[in-house]
Amino acid sequence: MNQDKMPIEGSFQIIGGNFTTAGEASSEVKTVLTDLGVDGDIIRRIAIATFEAEMNVIIYAAAGQLFYEVTDEYIKIRVQDMGPGIEDTNRAMQEGYSTAPEWVRNMGWGAGMGLPNMKKNADTFLLDSVVGEGTTVEMTMNLIKE
Amino acid sequence: MTLKEIITALDATVLTEGDIDISVQHACSADLMSDVLYYCKANSLLITGLIQPHVVRTAEIAGIKAILFVQNKKPDITTIELAQKKKIPLLNTSLCMYKASGILFKYDLNGCG
Repeated sequence: MNQDKMPIEGSFQIIGGNFTTAGEASSEVKTVLTDLGVDGDIIRRIAIATFEAEMNVIIYAAAGQLFYEVTDEYIKIRVQDMGPGIEDTNRAMQEGYSTAPEWVRNMGWGAGMGLPNMKKNADTFLLDSVVGEGTTVEMTMNLIKE
Repeated sequence: MTLKEIITALDATVLTEGDIDISVQHACSADLMSDVLYYCKANSLLITGLIQPHVVRTAEIAGIKAILFVQNKKPDITTIELAQKKKIPLLNTSLCMYKASGILFKYDLNGCG
């Protein structure tokens, strides 16, 4: 991996409800990591977790922001939104539990796998949500194998 | 299995321009993109009935090599252009998802589970 450029930070705005451009932020993160020479399996895990978080903003929130930080030890992704918040975060972490409306399910989303998939692909996963204010997801992936 | 073999086996049509001289190691049949992101392996063929651009994004993120639309579904130009930009070939077939999957399974193209 090219460590001369470290650390690298960046952010993207995400607009809720815009399925046409859905995934652009995650795609950009993937490109950044590819250019840095990060291991392909790690890139895939990060890209999937980031995409799930991005899609949650598009599905549930008016808007949100994605931040990323790459050091020579880890990659951190933080996605925070101005959405309705999650009433029961424990239930939201269960595979298959979803509050997505029918039109979202018709587009192939809202299967209740997003948050579990983020946790599955991240080395650390934090979910913080306040009803009426919004939700923040923070994930890190280690770049140094233990 | 090569994409050319898949096209022949399913009498499929190529919807994108560009290189189709690739091969896939697995196939994943799904209309739920979260299931694709959860279960689908890299270097797979995605078999789906959804034709929106975010299907191509899902494929890009999950490292999927090509997408096959079933029941002769045709994506609009936005989806096709995104796929060409990301170098993900798009195919379609008149077969339903069950038949297309079954035929490819007989050719020893295994699922992702």
